[in-house]
Amino acid sequence: MPINYYIFLAVALFCIGVAGVLTRRNAIIVFMCVELMLNAVNLLLVAFSKMHHLALAKNDLNAGINGQIFVFFIMVVAAAEVSVGLAIIVMMYRNTHSVDVNFLNRLKH
Amino acid sequence: MGVTQILFWVLSVVAILSAIMVVVSKSPIHSVLWLIMVFFAISGHYILLNAQFLAIVNLIVYAGAIMVLFLFVIMLMNLNADTEPQKNKWLKIAGVIAGGALLLVFVGALKNADLKNQIAQVNNGDIGLIHNLGIALFTDYVIPFEISSVLFLSAMVGAVVIGKKD
Amino acid sequence: MSKLVYLVPLFPLMGFLINGLFRKNLSKSLTGIIGCGTVLASFIVSLLIFSETRKEGFETVVVKLFDFINADKLHIPFSFQVDQLSILFLLIITGVGFLIHVYSTSYMQDEEGEHFARYFSYLNLFIFSMLILVLGANYVIMFIGWEGVGLCSYLLIGYWFKNIDYDNAAKKAFVMNRIGDLGFLIALFWMINTYGSVNFAEVFAKAPGTAIPILTGITLLLFVGATGKSAQIPLYTWLPDAMAGPTPVSALIHAATMVTAGIYMIARSNILYTLAPITQTVVAVIGLATAFFAATIALKQNDIKKVLAYSTVSQLGYMFLGLGVGAYTGAVFHVMTHAFFKALLFLGAGSVIHALHEQDIRKMGGLKKFMPVTHFTFLLGCFAIAGIPPFSGFFSKDEILAAAYAKNPIYFVVGLITALMTAFYMFRLYATAFLGNFRGTSEQQHHLHESPSAITIPLIILAILAVVGGFAGIPDVFAKNAHLLHHFLSPVFEKSERLKPVIEQSNSLELTLMAVSVFVELIGMLYAWNRFSKDPELGEPQGFGTVLANKWYVDELYDTIIVRPINALGKFFNDVFEKSIVDGLVNGIGRTIQYGSRQLRLLQSGQVGAYVLMMVLGIVILFVIQIILKK
Repeated sequence: MPINYYIFLAVALFCIGVAGVLTRRNAIIVFMCVELMLNAVNLLLVAFSKMHHLALAKNDLNAGINGQIFVFFIMVVAAAEVSVGLAIIVMMYRNTHSVDVNFLNRLKH
Repeated sequence: MGVTQILFWVLSVVAILSAIMVVVSKSPIHSVLWLIMVFFAISGHYILLNAQFLAIVNLIVYAGAIMVLFLFVIMLMNLNADTEPQKNKWLKIAGVIAGGALLLVFVGALKNADLKNQIAQVNNGDIGLIHNLGIALFTDYVIPFEISSVLFLSAMVGAVVIGKKD
Repeated sequence: MSKLVYLVPLFPLMGFLINGLFRKNLSKSLTGIIGCGTVLASFIVSLLIFSETRKEGFETVVVKLFDFINADKLHIPFSFQVDQLSILFLLIITGVGFLIHVYSTSYMQDEEGEHFARYFSYLNLFIFSMLILVLGANYVIMFIGWEGVGLCSYLLIGYWFKNIDYDNAAKKAFVMNRIGDLGFLIALFWMINTYGSVNFAEVFAKAPGTAIPILTGITLLLFVGATGKSAQIPLYTWLPDAMAGPTPVSALIHAATMVTAGIYMIARSNILYTLAPITQTVVAVIGLATAFFAATIALKQNDIKKVLAYSTVSQLGYMFLGLGVGAYTGAVFHVMTHAFFKALLFLGAGSVIHALHEQDIRKMGGLKKFMPVTHFTFLLGCFAIAGIPPFSGFFSKDEILAAAYAKNPIYFVVGLITALMTAFYMFRLYATAFLGNFRGTSEQQHHLHESPSAITIPLIILAILAVVGGFAGIPDVFAKNAHLLHHFLSPVFEKSERLKPVIEQSNSLELTLMAVSVFVELIGMLYAWNRFSKDPELGEPQGFGTVLANKWYVDELYDTIIVRPINALGKFFNDVFEKSIVDGLVNGIGRTIQYGSRQLRLLQSGQVGAYVLMMVLGIVILFVIQIILKK
């Protein structure tokens, strides 16, 4: 598959994720859209790794494996981030009984 | 059009439609479910690219663990479609336009990229296999691997500390 | 000795600095000694230089001190020129100035130490500026002195600065001087444009070849400067108001020296004026008109100093008449004699004022008994100014009148009428103040006595000079080649004389003219003496007299035509321009920035969603710029 197709697909997913972050007021949905963005990037990384593998496989058997290792670590980090993030959201709900992002306007001061 | 091509297109359409439904759904639970659909589609792409390990890990970690966590939290807070706060209409439009603009910019930028006609290898390629990935992980990338365990430790401690009721 | 001419202005400058800087610490006697001593030192040096100029074959000496302006083709050195004209003025300034300084030590005795020293420092500064004026070897140095005397005039008129009327008089003097100075400056620039230099030697050498219109323009503009400084029509109204200053100041500045600066300037530039006959006619006519006009006003003035002030304006008119008809020596001669008798008259008036603390002559009278020395010297001064032979005024005034007759008999007739009026009002003043019965309060009479010697001795010296000063210029009708002054000043005026020789009149004609003028003056004197000693004018002026007493309402005319429109213009600019436009602009900028920052502050809403939106938009813009730049 020409790499272009994968690029466009990933970009589309990413932008949908961005639109979601900007559009929704529920903190949890926003978080989910961030996950969506991360996944789009993951997809693109894997596609690039295969592209490089194809181009350089003659010299080096493991060419392009870096992309997939990177995706692995992204998943690791995403998992950790989700756990901490959800803990924060639960705290927020406990304090304000709402998950509205607009309630977090303490940064104004 | 070979089977690969048809599969690619189908998976892509499913992914994009599900993503849009994530953003658009009124009920949070529906959003979670649609997101799981997206993960399935992406895992499908991984398998197409012969990145088997990542496909399985994606399903297990993302769809299995992370999304379940989300569901727990949503059900804990008893969020329904009617308690959902709505953003100002103009801001929503602004958000959509911003996202669209970003899409256009990316597309415009990458349209003339040099690697237009490079091929991503499909179906074949050994690097996605667990065996090769595992060897690379434990030889070249063993330090990040070990440090990620420390990361998990800190995440756990952080989550517990934040969630304590004092 | 001429090389040391820089000492002459240097002494008064040092006196100014010492008295000015240490005015709080010096005692009054020390201040007086320093103030008078410096002028005396200058006088002695001037005498030594004078004796050198009297020798045969004396050539003009130019002493260059340093380069003042050196720009491409324009070279203006700071140099002094020692020749017969400047040395004569030097003697007058330092000599009469010294006497007035001595007089001031007694007259200003009532002032506090600090103000006493301030007075003397200003007076020394004045002498310094006047000396620079007459010593300058080019028009720019002359102008420096010119401005300096204007400044000192302002400082000294407004000496008693706590009185707002005096301050206004000082301002009036300064502003009118400035108007004249503008004419002088334009002439200066024109001169540089035409000749490429302002040095006397170069300008006068190139003068004969210049186009007449250019010369007429330059000389007319210089004359405008002279009208401001020497109080001619139309810029004369400051001089009567300048009587607000102390009387010695009036004597020095507004009788003997500063007001003669205009005469000096024209006498110095005599070749330019001889080559521009139109300007000469203008000078003569304005001088004559001023002389006549001022004399009419003096007829009805009741303040002793105002009479003398208008008399000064009138006599200055005579001097300009002399310059206008080509009698340069006569004009300078009249400067000299006028310095003597006018200073004498002013100092005498000051003596009276000091004794009575009163300036209205209607409240004086019979002072002959109480102040004999003042009375006698004042009388001698009156004889001199009226032109009675053999006093000094007769010789100088007659020389001018004779030259005027040669130019145009009408000049002579008008001058004659003015001489009649001069004799009349001067003796009206004398008779009203000194003869008859004393009309003041008994309190004043109790304290009335002759002034101390520091006042009376200068009076006596000046009286002697007023009597014998005329013998420096005996005309040819009486004795051949006896006109010492003419002989002395001939190198300065010889080029003009060659171009336009003063018409020689027959001896009989000259004697006739002299007899006519003396006769007319005697009539005026005797009539006024007789009438006013018996029946002094004590009431308010009536009928046409009010017009004269109110100075023909010229001040009111100037006020309406010039002062009020300028004030209105200024008010307009203040209200419209300054308040609305300029202030509006400055305040508007402030208000706009405040408004803008208020609006910007709203961006910080604290809402994370908004921040993310802005982030995304920023990234989009960055990408777009990148793409465009890459193209």
